[in-house]
Amino acid sequence: MTEILIQNAVKRFGKFVAIDDVSLTVQEREFLVLLGPSGCGKTTLLRAIAGLGMLDSGRVVIDGRDVTYLPPRERGISMVFQNYAIFPHMTVFDNIAFGLKMKKTPKPQLTERVQNAAKLLHIESMLERYPSQMSGGQRQRIAVARAIAVESPIILMDEPLSNLDALLRLEMRAELKTLLSKLGVTTVYVTHDQIEAMSMGDRIAVMRAGKILQLDQPTRVYDHPVSQFVGGFIGTPPMNFLHGQVQKNGAGYRVKLGDYHLKPPADLEAALTAWDGKSVLVGIRAEAMEPTKSPSPDAVQVNVDVVEMLGAQNLLTARIGDDTIKVSTSPDFQVAVGDAIWLRFPENKVRYMNPEDGQVLNAPSLEKVLA
Amino acid sequence: MSTEALPNIPAVSPKEPMWDAQRRRALIGVRLRRAGVYAVAITIAVWVLLPIWLIATMAFSTPQDVRAFPKALFPNPISLDSINFFLNADGIIRATGNSIFVALLAVVLSTLLAVPAGYAIARYMFPGRDAVRLVMLSVRAFPIVVLAVPLAVIFLQLGLFDQPFTLALMHTALTLPTTVLVISSVFASVPFEFEEAAQVFGCTPLQAFARVVLPLALPGIAASAILTFVLSWNEVFAAILLTLSNRTLPAHILYNLDKSSDPFKFAAAFVMLVPSLIFIFFIRRYLFNMWGQINK
Repeated sequence: MTEILIQNAVKRFGKFVAIDDVSLTVQEREFLVLLGPSGCGKTTLLRAIAGLGMLDSGRVVIDGRDVTYLPPRERGISMVFQNYAIFPHMTVFDNIAFGLKMKKTPKPQLTERVQNAAKLLHIESMLERYPSQMSGGQRQRIAVARAIAVESPIILMDEPLSNLDALLRLEMRAELKTLLSKLGVTTVYVTHDQIEAMSMGDRIAVMRAGKILQLDQPTRVYDHPVSQFVGGFIGTPPMNFLHGQVQKNGAGYRVKLGDYHLKPPADLEAALTAWDGKSVLVGIRAEAMEPTKSPSPDAVQVNVDVVEMLGAQNLLTARIGDDTIKVSTSPDFQVAVGDAIWLRFPENKVRYMNPEDGQVLNAPSLEKVLA
Repeated sequence: MSTEALPNIPAVSPKEPMWDAQRRRALIGVRLRRAGVYAVAITIAVWVLLPIWLIATMAFSTPQDVRAFPKALFPNPISLDSINFFLNADGIIRATGNSIFVALLAVVLSTLLAVPAGYAIARYMFPGRDAVRLVMLSVRAFPIVVLAVPLAVIFLQLGLFDQPFTLALMHTALTLPTTVLVISSVFASVPFEFEEAAQVFGCTPLQAFARVVLPLALPGIAASAILTFVLSWNEVFAAILLTLSNRTLPAHILYNLDKSSDPFKFAAAFVMLVPSLIFIFFIRRYLFNMWGQINK
């Protein structure tokens, strides 16, 4: 069993709190992504797991062993660094073999494992070369090969793809995911790229200002963001946020959006009583709305301001009241600027948030999710 | 830059007089600037090379040619008489031996001290780090005289006077500030991530230093060692002050200068010059690296 347990981790740099009382469990063989904007503490958290930079308080437990005060070499981890940290004075072979040599692996076994790792990364023909003779993508492969050659059950990755160009990143993303699931290692992966996080992670931990805001499967994080920040950070375009007003509607409540009314789901009724007559944020994904070109009683009419034809989708920009809304439609949905269209908001796709702090109304507490 | 290429570029209309004049002025400006740079570079090169050339040709001329005027551009006939005479002169071999001993010892001592010190300054934040750096630089600002006289007194009191070993200590003290700062900048240019990677893959901090950082910093350390060697090899003042019977080569030559003939002086100058030239030739790449290019 190789799970990583972080308990109440705190790390400060001077007055700046990089990790603010974070607790986290990474399951065995899980691919966990730490996602957040720069400065949110994701790399610091990863380094705390690696043993590079000691925590001010809290514990790190790997595989049932408290490693909080152990140096990196005694933690049974390997790591891929953002700038690869390939040793320039060693050949590719020696780079990949570095960890094995330090463990005094017997020569035949060492050669075999280096060659296996190199083969998995398709660099077996370059073993005698020096890193300076290789491209960025190839260096990236050396770094990954070095990390998997030691066969440690945990691999930590610190934005490993951020220095590659867009096409290569796409390629490596798929390759890394296949490779790591094949190896069955536990992976903690730091990135600020939400698409990377969505596509690779078994679970995503969205971080901001040293705290984990949400920890869930990618689709859950995408569909049910716990706050305005998470909804806005994940997804291109980001989630739409509109200002609606809660009104009494017979026994229940409805949310007024322009001259249109949304019907919140029944389980939200209780939470909405506190918001009677007040303004709430209505969040909806650009592709979650159903646009039509003819009037419909349960749809709101908007005028198209901008049409962006992106190939896979047409991205429309319109206004509802004072709010701008982005609508993603199929490329077959032909409209021109100024046209009127009607948008239907499917009940289960709409999220209601507190406009003050951006938190979802009746959000499940984070403690419950983490437990 | 050729004017013929211009009609092929329709966007720049050559017919418009405004354009033409502007363009010509710009071209003249570029050429003038380039000519200026070359003029300065050539002047500096000649300034440095002319004396070296003079010394080299004179050292290999016959004594008659040395005294002749005007001097020939090339020694004709080439003669090793002056060099031979110099090398066989009384005390020269011994002084050369002293010089080499002092320089090598200074290199060893200053490198052994500067590598840990430089590493600490490059890698660790500790209270007074900037102060340490500043104080070291300011030591460098003192004239040798200020340092040499009190040190000579101390060495006299300790009974260490007139020994090559003592002079090596003095030269170490003189070069150490530079060496520490140079080596710390070399270490600073080795990304810390390399060390972290080494530690993740099984190294203790010391092993990470020995296996990853040191090999990468070695060229820079070698360059600074050679710099120390050349400095010690050329240093005269402290050498004269601190030694009497065990003079180093420059001290010995300087001491005998007024009693020597011109061919002897030229030969001495040449012998003094050669090691420095050879070393500079080998380290020039690292010197350039040190001032800017080592970070990639």
